[in-house]
Amino acid sequence: MKELSLNILDIAKNSVKAKATRIEIRIDETDGRRTLTIRDNGCGMPPEMVATVTDPFTTSRTTRPVGMGLPLLKLAAEQAGGTLTVTSSQGEDHGTVVTASFDMNNIDCVPLGDYAGSMVTLIQGSPEIDFSFHYHRQEGDITLDTAQMREILGDVPLDTPDVLVWVYESLTEPAE
Amino acid sequence: MKTLAELQAIRDRMKDSVTMRSGTGEIRAVVGMATCGIAAGARPVLAALVEEVNRLGLTDKVTVTQTGCIGICRYEPIVEVYQADKEKVTYVKMTPEKARRIAEEHLQGGKVVEEYTIGAAENA
Repeated sequence: MKELSLNILDIAKNSVKAKATRIEIRIDETDGRRTLTIRDNGCGMPPEMVATVTDPFTTSRTTRPVGMGLPLLKLAAEQAGGTLTVTSSQGEDHGTVVTASFDMNNIDCVPLGDYAGSMVTLIQGSPEIDFSFHYHRQEGDITLDTAQMREILGDVPLDTPDVLVWVYESLTEPAE
Repeated sequence: MKTLAELQAIRDRMKDSVTMRSGTGEIRAVVGMATCGIAAGARPVLAALVEEVNRLGLTDKVTVTQTGCIGICRYEPIVEVYQADKEKVTYVKMTPEKARRIAEEHLQGGKVVEEYTIGAAENA
């Protein structure tokens, strides 16, 4: 993956597949460290799957027994002096949390890239899911909450082209 | 600078058209969006397709959706076009430029862009 935003898109797709109704994506840049957190309220995984989930030969795909999503994110984090952790629960409070950290000054740290493009892609693909996005950076925070958007939009679906353009622009030119 | 007021304006503009829009959705364009597709560049392909379908005013006729791994990862990014009573068309090694041409010639014009299909790629 050439940019972290593509990993975000890829990993959040796992949450969609786990039938999450709410997916929270948080990017926190503090003191030269970038921490990505993707949290969902999907079906979760049993402990034995969590234990092997960063192994390429563990996958939920059906076309072949290889899955590169989490292994690639793990590689990206570890090559940039960071770590990847996955916690998951199938109990009452079911869901999965993926956390990846990066040393932003590390020469092998992949750029964040087009995070707005990834959010638009996620919303276009799953307009019924609630996405919350929070990017904490030095220049100021950028946030998006589709639940809040829905209150304003009423019956107008989130994948309406004009709404997707609004999402992209609000994530790239945030209000003061 | 985007504000919630602008979102409200979109809603007011769309309100009537949404209730009127029947959306026959007779054509379905599906983009492969698993790890393989994303790594190969599917995100800008999807964006170009959505944008072009909207620009050409085809949103009633054409639905653009996403799917997981199609199983032929070496040909990603892949776009499949489904239409009732017609054979599925599989476009391979897609780019945003190719997507725009397919939107205009195939989704709007009804003519398959043969040179971008998997058949053409396999015979190359």
